Amino acid sequence: MLQEETSRRSKISPPESGVQLASAPTYPKPGAVQRMERRSELGWRAQLAVPLAALVALAIHLLFSKSAPAVETHSYALFFYEIVGVSAVLAIAQRFWMPLRSWMRHMCPIFTAAILSLGLWDIVTFGFRLLPMPYFPGPAAVLRSLISDRALLLDSTWHSLALLLSGYSVGVLVGLISGICIGWSTPIRYWGMPLLKVVGPIPATAWIPLAMVISPSAVVSAAGLIALAVWFPVTMLTASGISNTRASYLDVARTLGAGRAYLIFRVAIPAAVPNIFIGLFMGLGASFLTLVVAESVGVKSGLGWYVSWAQGWAEYGKVYAALIIMAAFFSTIMTLLFKVRDRMLVWQKGVIKW
Amino acid sequence: MVALAEIEASSLGVRQIRKSFPVPDDPLLHRLVLDGISFSLAAGELVSLIGPSGCGKSTLLRLIAGLESPDSGELLIGSEKITQPGAERGLVFQDPNLFPWLTVRHNIQAGLVARGVLRETHHEVGDFMRLVGLESFADAYPHHLSGGMAQRVALARALINHPKVLLLDEPLGALDAFTRMRMQDEVLRLWQARRTTMLLVTHDIDEAIYMSDRIMIMSPRPGRIERTISVALDRPRQRSSPDFLRLRGDILEFVHFAGNASIENKD
Repeated sequence: MLQEETSRRSKISPPESGVQLASAPTYPKPGAVQRMERRSELGWRAQLAVPLAALVALAIHLLFSKSAPAVETHSYALFFYEIVGVSAVLAIAQRFWMPLRSWMRHMCPIFTAAILSLGLWDIVTFGFRLLPMPYFPGPAAVLRSLISDRALLLDSTWHSLALLLSGYSVGVLVGLISGICIGWSTPIRYWGMPLLKVVGPIPATAWIPLAMVISPSAVVSAAGLIALAVWFPVTMLTASGISNTRASYLDVARTLGAGRAYLIFRVAIPAAVPNIFIGLFMGLGASFLTLVVAESVGVKSGLGWYVSWAQGWAEYGKVYAALIIMAAFFSTIMTLLFKVRDRMLVWQKGVIKW
Repeated sequence: MVALAEIEASSLGVRQIRKSFPVPDDPLLHRLVLDGISFSLAAGELVSLIGPSGCGKSTLLRLIAGLESPDSGELLIGSEKITQPGAERGLVFQDPNLFPWLTVRHNIQAGLVARGVLRETHHEVGDFMRLVGLESFADAYPHHLSGGMAQRVALARALINHPKVLLLDEPLGALDAFTRMRMQDEVLRLWQARRTTMLLVTHDIDEAIYMSDRIMIMSPRPGRIERTISVALDRPRQRSSPDFLRLRGDILEFVHFAGNASIENKD
């Protein structure tokens, strides 16, 4: 039992204490106490891992960069100097601030790995040119594109955000209303569910030819397609959440004197919120996809458009720069939705693990 | 004439109730669950309904609550016919069924919100939280509560509507023995404080004797009230007093006999 516990812990603990535990296969009590003391400080290995990785990646780059234009190397080198500088500041700050220390302990392996993989990327592309060239630029070239084209990238991000939010909010609103109606009312369910089951699974992007004909402007049709992509999962999950409301909650509410409005808005909908959030997450994923496809096909702005435009000019550094922005942009929105869910479902903590 | 006057004075009247449900495997067949149930509860009375599982106790309570409607017969609150669920008949289940998305305070005031009277009566929420001793848990969510605490919230939530009748469907059945005994006293305290008419469904004979003015014993398939026993013991009752034990013996013997009889009938 105890040994099992030890080996399980050593897997999740940071490398330096993992080594310690591996050399002590039994579970001696003094050792455990010692380990606790060690954990309260951030080990020097954890403090040095990130700056060392940065210096290694920089050294790799400088080694190969003798023949490259100085400008590329400059911003890339500066990037690593910044990492070293920030780690030095954090190493001092963590001595006085406990939450920062545990955050650093947790994130240290990931950051180290990420920086080292930058070095690996550099070796494969910029160093030995193992991959065909205009298509796979090195990290320094991508960073330079990111910096030099920042105005257009910012503008594209802004347009993508506006389009995404307008389409998503319309889709969520309509999806919630149709989901609640289908989930609550038997006749609406009878007529609505077959329609939902037949039309819903068609990917929104398959409607693009039709949307181009119907709608006056590409932006409006793109927003409509995003809304459609969001509408299906939100409707489906809302309807199932509403119709699966525990009958005893409704019984209790009715014996407390509840009318229909209370049963729908204060019992069925709150009970369906966990399900509704699953629909919102699925819809968000579908909306990202639809957004990028719509932008690269019809809309003349946004990150999707930027990617296909940069590809047209064979500027692959910019393509990767846009991908990096997209990753940050989409994961930020996803994180925000997670935060909203955690706030709204605070009553569920301990009931359901997410 | 005397009988009529008695029914009018009562707070709950149940007259010749029959109820059947379709058999799941064969929709053409109906199984009779309740066969001509009649009784009445005087205002302020605490009456227990005991019987083996499947005898239709819970169905009878759901009928009185208005969650189901009978095949024939009449259900009356005072002189009004019961046709649908209403706030004047509170119902507490074995599972507290608290709304998990509401805090203790909001669960307790749910009935006031549902009836749209929260603004005039919100001062009562604090009184009822004190009544069940949960004022320090006002902002806790149900998943933080123990079984006994959750059931006290459910009682307060039902009582805040000032029901004429409180229907209790094995409310303490899921609690451990110690908590259950404490909660029996708690329910008695609430009953004495508020003089609410209560109909308690239980399959715990001790609980029925300890708590009620009268005990109705039901037999299964179809459910009938076989016998009604008045419990003429002084309160607070001693679970080990000779009178208590004698009554317990009588009921056990009767229930045992009735159980055997019904098995023989079935064969």
